Amino acid sequence: MKARYAAAFVAASLLGSTVVSAEQAPASIEDLWQIIQRQQAEIESLREEVRGVRQDAEVADKKIAVAEAQIEATGEFVESFAELPSSQGGTSIGGYGELHYNNVDANNGDREEIDFHRFVLFFGHEFNDRVRFFSEFELEHSLSSSDGPGEVELEQAYVDLALSSNLTARAGLFLLPVGILNETHEPPTFYGVERNDVENIILPATWWEAGAGLNGHFDNGVSWDLAVHSGLAMPADGGSAFRVRSGRQKVAEALASDPAFTARLRYTGLPGLELAASYQFQSDPSQVAGDGLDRGQLFTTHASWQRGDFGLRALYGGWKFDGAAVEAADADRQDGWYVEPSYRLADNWGIYARYEDLDGARARDKFTQNEFGINYWPTDGVVLKMDFRNRDHALVDERGRDFSAIDLGFGYAF
Amino acid sequence: MNRHLISCCLVLIAAASVAAPDQNAGRYLEVDEYLASAFVAEQPQPGTLWVGGALRESVEQTLGHRFAALRVRYWFDGDTSVWVLDEIGKELPITIGVTVRDDRIVNVRVLEFRESRGWEVRYPFFTDQFRDARLSADGRLSHKIDGITGATLSVGAVKRIARVALVLHDNVKTKG
Repeated sequence: MKARYAAAFVAASLLGSTVVSAEQAPASIEDLWQIIQRQQAEIESLREEVRGVRQDAEVADKKIAVAEAQIEATGEFVESFAELPSSQGGTSIGGYGELHYNNVDANNGDREEIDFHRFVLFFGHEFNDRVRFFSEFELEHSLSSSDGPGEVELEQAYVDLALSSNLTARAGLFLLPVGILNETHEPPTFYGVERNDVENIILPATWWEAGAGLNGHFDNGVSWDLAVHSGLAMPADGGSAFRVRSGRQKVAEALASDPAFTARLRYTGLPGLELAASYQFQSDPSQVAGDGLDRGQLFTTHASWQRGDFGLRALYGGWKFDGAAVEAADADRQDGWYVEPSYRLADNWGIYARYEDLDGARARDKFTQNEFGINYWPTDGVVLKMDFRNRDHALVDERGRDFSAIDLGFGYAF
Repeated sequence: MNRHLISCCLVLIAAASVAAPDQNAGRYLEVDEYLASAFVAEQPQPGTLWVGGALRESVEQTLGHRFAALRVRYWFDGDTSVWVLDEIGKELPITIGVTVRDDRIVNVRVLEFRESRGWEVRYPFFTDQFRDARLSADGRLSHKIDGITGATLSVGAVKRIARVALVLHDNVKTKG
C-alpha cells in the first residue's frame, strides 16, 4: 500500500502544478490517486480519439488519392477532345479566306465589285511521327455552278514522308516551290488586297501540280527542293495563246505526256532574310507535239528582308519558251519583277508600297503598276487591308485599260 | 536528254524514299534532354498547373485563341521554370520548349516539328532571338523577333508560346 501511495505521489508530481491547481489542493493521497485514475482514463480516451483521427486521416488520404486519380483521368479525357492534332496522331482542320472590294476607275469605264475571292479549308492528318498528310480545299468566288464565276478546287493533297530530320520526300498534289506567295499565301501574311501581278501572270500562283519531290535542309539555313511533276498545257492559239496562267491544268484529268521538273535553292540563315532561286523545265508546255511551242524554262529569284519594323521584298520571274509559233507571236520571253518596301507603324499596323513591271503574253499583260496601302491586324490571324493602285499599260492599244483603283479587303487564317 | 533528266530525278526521289528512314525524323529533342539542359544539377519533379479563371483568360488573350488544355505540366526550381507546349502554325502542332529565369527567356527550342513548311524555326539563328525577352506591359515580347519569309505561320506559333510561357512562369512564381 505504501508503495502504491509513493507511486501516486511521484505521478502526481510529474503531472505538475496545473493538475494540482485544477483540483484545488487535494485533501489526501487517496484523493490524489482518484485524480490520477481520472487522468489516466482521460489519457486513454484521448489516445483512442487520436487513433481514430489517424484512421480517419488515412481514409481521407486514400479518398484524396482516388479523387486525384479521377480528376487526372477526367482531365485527360476532356483534353483528348480538345487536342485533336495530338502527337499520338490526329486530324487537324484549319482554313483561310479573303473578301475583296474593288473600286476601279478605268479609261474605258468604271467597275465596282465585291467578291469573296477565296474560302479555303485545310485538312491535315498525322499518321505517325514520320508520315503526314496535308490538303487544301478551296471555293473561289463564292459560287461554283455552270454559269457562276467560281470554282471548287483541290489545291493541295500530298503526303510528306520524313526520311531524316533534314530530308523529306513528298508525293501527291502540291504547290510548286517557286516565288514568295505560291506556297505561303494566307491573307494575314502579305500586303495588298490583291496579290501582286508578277505572281499571277508570270508565276501563275496559286500553282499546283501532281508528282513527287524531295526537300532537304542544313543547319546553316540552306535548303533545297527538287520535284518532278505534271506540266503546263498552254494554248498555242486563241485570245490566251501562250498565256502561262491559262496553261495550268489543275491536275484535273490533266495531260501528262510531257512532265516538268522544278528545283529550288533557298537560304534563310539570318533572321529576317530569305534568298531563293528556282529553275523549272517544261518538256513541252503545251503537251502537244509540233504546235510551235516546244520547250519552256522558268527562272525566278527573290529576296525578302525584314529587320525590326522595316521589310523589303523583291522578286524577278522570267520564262524562255522555244518553238516557231511562240517566237513568231513574240511571246517566247515573258517576265516581270516587283519591289515592295514596308514598314510596321506598330505591332498591328503596317504600310507598304509596291512597284511592278510586267511583260506577259497578252497585250493587256504588259504594264507597270504602282500601289501603296495599309494592313491592320486586330489579332494575328485576321487582317483588314486597304490600298490604292495605278496601272499603266505599255501598248497604246491597251491604254483604255489603264486604271486607278481603291481596294478594301478582309482576310483571316486559323 | 530532257526526259533522261526527269527520269533521273524520279529515280533519285524513289531511292531516297525507300532508303532506311530515321524513325525519329522530325523529333529533334526529347523532353528529358531538354530538361537536362535546363537543370544542370538536379531535375525537379514536374508540377501541374491548372489553367482556369483569370489565368486562362490571360493565356487565351496571349494566344489569340482558345487554350485547348485544362492543365499544363511544368518544372520549377528556384527562379527557373521549364514549359513544354504545343502550338499549331498552320496545320499540325509544333512542340516547343521554353526555359524562363527571373521573368526572362533563357532559351526556346523546337522539340518536334510536324508542319510541312517553316522548319527554319528550329534553328538557333531564329530561336536565339528570344534570349532575354520579357513580357512587356501590353503582353508582347520586350524586343522584336525578326520573322522568316515562308515560315510566317510557324514563326507566329513560336512567338505565341514564348509569351504564354512567360505568363505561366509569372503565375507559378507568384503562387510560390
